[in-house]
This record gives sequence, structure tokens and C-alpha cells, in this order.
Amino acid sequence: MERLRFATVGSVDDGKSTLIGRLLYDSKSIFEDQLEHIESVSKRRGTDYVDLSLLTDGLRAEREQGITIDVAYRYFATPKRSFIIADCPGHIQYTRNMITGASNVDLAIVLVDARTGIVEQTRRHSLLASLLGVPHLVICVNKMDLVDWSPDVFNRIREEFEEFASRLSLRDVTFLPISALQGDNVVSRSPNLTWFEGPTLLHHLENVYTASDDNRVDARFPVQYVIRPQRAEHHDYRGYAGRVAGGVFRVGDDVMVLPSGLTTTITGIDSPTGPLQQVEPGHTATLLLQDDLSIARGDMICRPNNRPRQAQSLEAMLCWMDDAASLQTDRIYSLKHTTKLARAKVTKVLYRLNISTLHREADVRSLALNEIGRVEIHTTAPLFYDDYHANRTTGSFILVDENSGQTCAAGMLLSPRT
Amino acid sequence: MKSALRGLVDESVTIIREVAAEFERPVMLFSGGKDSVVMLHLAVRAFSPARVPFPVMHIDTGHNFPEVIEFRDRTVAELDVQLIVGSVQASIDAGRIQDVSGPRASRNPLQTVTLLDAIAEHRFDAVFGGARRDEERARAKERVYSFRDSFGQWDPKSQRPELWGIYNGRHKPGEHFRIFPLSNWTELDIWRFVDECDIPLPSIYFAHRRRVFRRDGMWMAESPFLVADGDEPVSEQLVRFRTVGDATCTAAIESSATTLEQIIAETAAARVTERGATRADDRISDAGMEDRKKQGYF
Ligand SMILES: Nc1nc2c(ncn2[C@@H]2O[C@H](COP(=O)(O)OP(=O)(O)OP(=O)(O)O)[C@@H](O)[C@H]2O)c(=O)[nH]1
Ligand SMILES: [Mg+2]
Repeated sequence: MERLRFATVGSVDDGKSTLIGRLLYDSKSIFEDQLEHIESVSKRRGTDYVDLSLLTDGLRAEREQGITIDVAYRYFATPKRSFIIADCPGHIQYTRNMITGASNVDLAIVLVDARTGIVEQTRRHSLLASLLGVPHLVICVNKMDLVDWSPDVFNRIREEFEEFASRLSLRDVTFLPISALQGDNVVSRSPNLTWFEGPTLLHHLENVYTASDDNRVDARFPVQYVIRPQRAEHHDYRGYAGRVAGGVFRVGDDVMVLPSGLTTTITGIDSPTGPLQQVEPGHTATLLLQDDLSIARGDMICRPNNRPRQAQSLEAMLCWMDDAASLQTDRIYSLKHTTKLARAKVTKVLYRLNISTLHREADVRSLALNEIGRVEIHTTAPLFYDDYHANRTTGSFILVDENSGQTCAAGMLLSPRT
Repeated sequence: MKSALRGLVDESVTIIREVAAEFERPVMLFSGGKDSVVMLHLAVRAFSPARVPFPVMHIDTGHNFPEVIEFRDRTVAELDVQLIVGSVQASIDAGRIQDVSGPRASRNPLQTVTLLDAIAEHRFDAVFGGARRDEERARAKERVYSFRDSFGQWDPKSQRPELWGIYNGRHKPGEHFRIFPLSNWTELDIWRFVDECDIPLPSIYFAHRRRVFRRDGMWMAESPFLVADGDEPVSEQLVRFRTVGDATCTAAIESSATTLEQIIAETAAARVTERGATRADDRISDAGMEDRKKQGYF
């Protein structure tokens, strides 16, 4: 079975790192030397239990401050599935690191402290998960031990979240009561939560169905690298290497190359593991084509009757991530979209999204750190793209500050409003 | 190929090609250790049937296992890649660094200077490393494209965001990137790939008899570079190496695993991490690796 990538998100101190530690500990995925290490650090600091958050909070500064600063990646497997975990920071100052961790996951766990319920960061992270198109969400109401395991508290938080989420586009949301500290309903069922009839968190992670999350319809192949061996034995070999961003490519398929618009046929498919008859979304391949066309990195191979959008004027939701400078509408940025590099100007901020109320604030000229807005963009070269909701790969881009080199914004392309 | 491994291969190959397309002078670190061997084989597959479009580089402390150096030279010849050797001994001879002495001396930390010198000399702007995030807690935090300033330093508190599979390699002259295509592989994934694809490895990864002695609870190999103290009796044991690095700081583990199948079973059942079992240098402090990485270490 494929790996499941998931992230833990939610407000600071709601228990994300502790939950990951608990999940690893209770699934016996912690090594003895790691456990000894965190036991001795916990003891030295006078904590009266083993602080499992130390398993992921590995940086000196994180341990000094007791918070997560950047994403930590952890790996574990059960007989049913392997997992890649991204433990994200909850602090607002590190939102861009949370976006880093959550941008490509199959599932996000939103932690909520049962005592405080939904707070601004819960809303911000849920909104970001929705914008990023994370297919599956699990709302874990944590620290149930501190509210007497009360079903009323759990149900109230659930209702509050549902009311907020009705205005987001979330496809699949599950609610679970847990206590990360003691492991209630994380890996095993809890005697304290007999009133809860749903699954444990691990059971849910092992069984959530993700096979239908890929776009298998719209064939998209951004050309990443042209392979031309300068060797006698492969003199005529010319292959177009890349990773399938959508749909399925088969030997014999008629394809169209953009921007030229010329058509040809796939005569062979090579891959890192040998020749293939067909290649599916997410997999790398080298396409061999019938005709000797001029094709370069940044071009897009698709099917003649199913092409991506093509435009130099685009609309996008933009998350601003640069703490050194806010968005300037008269400035040129580098833009990277699939394998294509262009330059771009954000010509207009259409509105800024208020994180708490989800209101669209007009009359805004800029976006500052952690702000999200809908913008108009002009690029120096046409992009071949899809609406982000149809394709996370061909629908996403980043902006780079040409002076500092910082990745200053993450963008999700949208169909123009009609 | 099993689907879980295939996904990792796809990710790594994509990263390697992206770097080859966007950087002017990439280089791949190659020590002959299992991770760098797998990384090099992925590079070969990424560009096949063309040649790998960048050289490989070994930072040689001069204190290596002879089997590994022999394997290194054979592998680059077979795979038809160019090898550059950065020599710690040469850095010492040139007065760039001072050699360490004493029974517990290890040249391992000295590699940083030689590495940064080699990067400057060849003007490399991207340096592939075979580090995995499951190895160590500071590595667990590092980006795939990891920025280094003009002093070669890593700043863990202000890493660039890295979203989707879009990588930002923008830098000024003198700055460079460390690139980690194996970020999401685990030790077990490496062995499964080696097994499925029949990748040759240095013989010291497989169980063999060797003269060793106990130090800090680990089996250290007796060698011209590492001698036992008077109170450390040397004996012959059946051992193998879980990682391969500088001979002065890499320990062997007791094992009778002589086949890949046995090694995979042993790795799956291991109760101690790879570095915890074998690396003397990681025991320095809570943040030993983080501190070394900040200085420009691998
Ligand atoms: N009583 C109780 N305390 C908990 C529980 N889960 C976490 N905590 C405590 O809450 C505090 C914060 O936990 P962390 O896991 O560091 O929180 P976090 O969400 O990772 O925080 P950031 O990453 O900094 O945003 C710690 O003191 C934990 O021990 C729980 O289920 N019950
Ligand atoms: Mg945390």
C-alpha cells in the first residue's frame, strides 16, 4: 500500500508534538536510545513524566523555548501502512513552516485543546488546510483528561467547528476525542472514553481511503529534463523526462506539446525501474515520441482533446510568507510553476481574507506576513495550468524575491471569475 | 518495484533532475556508504541512458576502511562517473587545519574545512548529500534544498519555506545549497531497495570476522588509525557495519547476517537507531549534529 503522508496542525501547545510522540511510542516505533535520550533530558529538566514532544522538537532553540519552530519529519509503519509524519509548529510566527509541512499531505490532524476549544490558530490552520486542498481532515479534541472526559465538551467543540467549516471547502472531516499525554484513543481504545463509538486515531489513519485522491483524468506531463546521450550507442535517443502531474500516459497515445501545439505519438516510456507500457500520476518517466519536435524544459505534454488553461494574466489565492518585506504590486518577482521559471508582477489585490470571519476585505493594496488574499498576476511567459482544486501540481506556484532569494509567497491558481 | 519504494524513487529522481536542470555546478557526495551508493544509483537511473551530468566527490579523512576505498574506485569506474577526492590530509599539509592526536582523536570533524574548501575551489553551487531525516533529530528538520550562506552555515531557525514539490534554489555567488534527495527514506527502505535492485555494497556491511575492542559500549575496529588502550582487550568477533564512515568513529555491531534478507530482518527488528549503535561522534551533546551542521558539516 502507498505511504500516507500526514501533518499535525493547530494552535500552539495544543499537543501536536506530544501526540506524535505518543503515536510512535504506543506503536513501538521508538528506539531504545531515543527513549533513553528523552528520558534523561526530561529528568534533567525536572519534568515528572517523559516529555514525548522531545522526540520531534530536536532543535536547541525548540527545547529551550518548549515550542516547535520548524517541521519535523518522522517515519513509522504498521503492518497495514507506512506513514510520513510532518509535525508542524503551532505558533503564528512560524505559519510558513506549517504551510511547508502541510502542502503535500494526504491528511491533516487538527489538534484542539478541549479546555479552550476553537481559537484563532485553529481557524487559520483549518483555512490553510482547506486552501491547500488537503483531502482528509481529522479534528482531534485533545487533553480530554483535563475536562473530565466530557462528551458535552467534545460535542460542543464539534458543533462549533462544523459551523466554521461549513464556509470552507473541506471534503472529509472526522472528529475524535483523545488525550495525547496518556494515549487515550490514540493507538488503543480508552476506558475513559467508553461513550465514544468511533475509531482510534491510528485505526483511522490505517484505513482512510486515499486511492481516489489523484487526478487520473486530465493528462499532464511538465517536461523537466531532456535526455540526449552524447554516446554512439544511443545516438538517436531523445527522451523527455519528468513526473506525471495528472492522468495516465500510455504507449501509443496521441499527445500534444505546449506551447508549440504540435501533436505526436508516444512510442515508448522509460522509467527509473525500466520500460513501462503506461505511467500514472506521481510517477516519473521518460517519454519517447514519434516525431522529432523541439521540446524544452518547461513545456507541457498533454492530450490534444484535454489541454490545460493557458494564460499570462492569472488569478490566484496567495499566502504571503516573507517576514522581511510585504507584497509590493509594482515589483517583479520570480515565479516557479511546475518546471517553468518566469517573472511576474502581482498587479492587483482583489481582496484579503479575514482569517477569523472569512470576510473578504476589499481596498487592500498589499499582503503582509501570514496574510492570504486573492490577487491578479501577470507573467512574462504563458503558464499552462489547471485550477488548483482540480490539480495540486499544475495549479500551484511560488514567488521568489529576486534580491533576497526568499520564497516569499505560495500561490494557488484559480479559474478566472466570469 | 513495490509501490511504497517506487514513490520514494520517484521523489528522489525528480529532485536529482531538478538540480541538474537548475544549477550550474552540482556535485554528489560519494563515500561508498550505503546511502551514497543508493543515491548514486538513483542518479544513474535519473539520466539513463545518458551519463550522470555531474561529478561525484569523496571527502577522504585518510582514515578509511581499505575495502571501502577499493569499492569506491571500482564503483565510479563501473558507473562511468568522474570522481573528485577532497583530502583532509592535504588540508592538514597545507596548514588549513591542525591534525588531532591522542588515542581518542578522530578526523571526522575536520572534514568540514576540506569540504568547504573543495566547494569553493570547484565553485560548486549544489552539493547532494545522502542524509536521511530518520537518522537524527536535526536532520529531521532540514529541507530538501537546504541553503548555505557564504560561510557554508546552516541556519535552522530561518529555513526557506518548501512547498509541494517546487524547490527554490536561488542564491548569490559564493552561497550554495545542500540537496538531500533521500530525505524521506528510512534505513529499512535503503536495504529493501538494495535488495530489490541488486545494488553492490562494500563487503564490510555483511557479517565477517574482525579484530575489535570495546569502547564506550561499542565495538571499534582495530586499525592503523585506531589502537586499543591498555585496558581494552582486542578479540576477534563476528561483526558487520551498519554505517560506514571514518574508521576512528564508526563502530561495528555484532551480527551474523551475511545476506540481504538477513540484514533486512535484522534492521526491521533493531531496537537501537543506526547512529546510536555506531557513531561515537553523535554522543557529544544533545545537539551535536545541529552544531556541526551549523558550521557547514554534511
Ligand atoms: N493534560 C494533558 N496535557 C497535554 C496533553 N497533550 C499535550 N499536553 C501538554 O501540553 C503541552 C504542549 O504540548 P506540545 O505537544 O509541545 O504542543 P504542540 O502543539 O506541539 O506545540 P507547538 O508545536 O509549539 O505549537 C505540554 O506540556 C504537554 O505535555 C493531554 O492530552 N493532556
Ligand atoms: Mg510541537
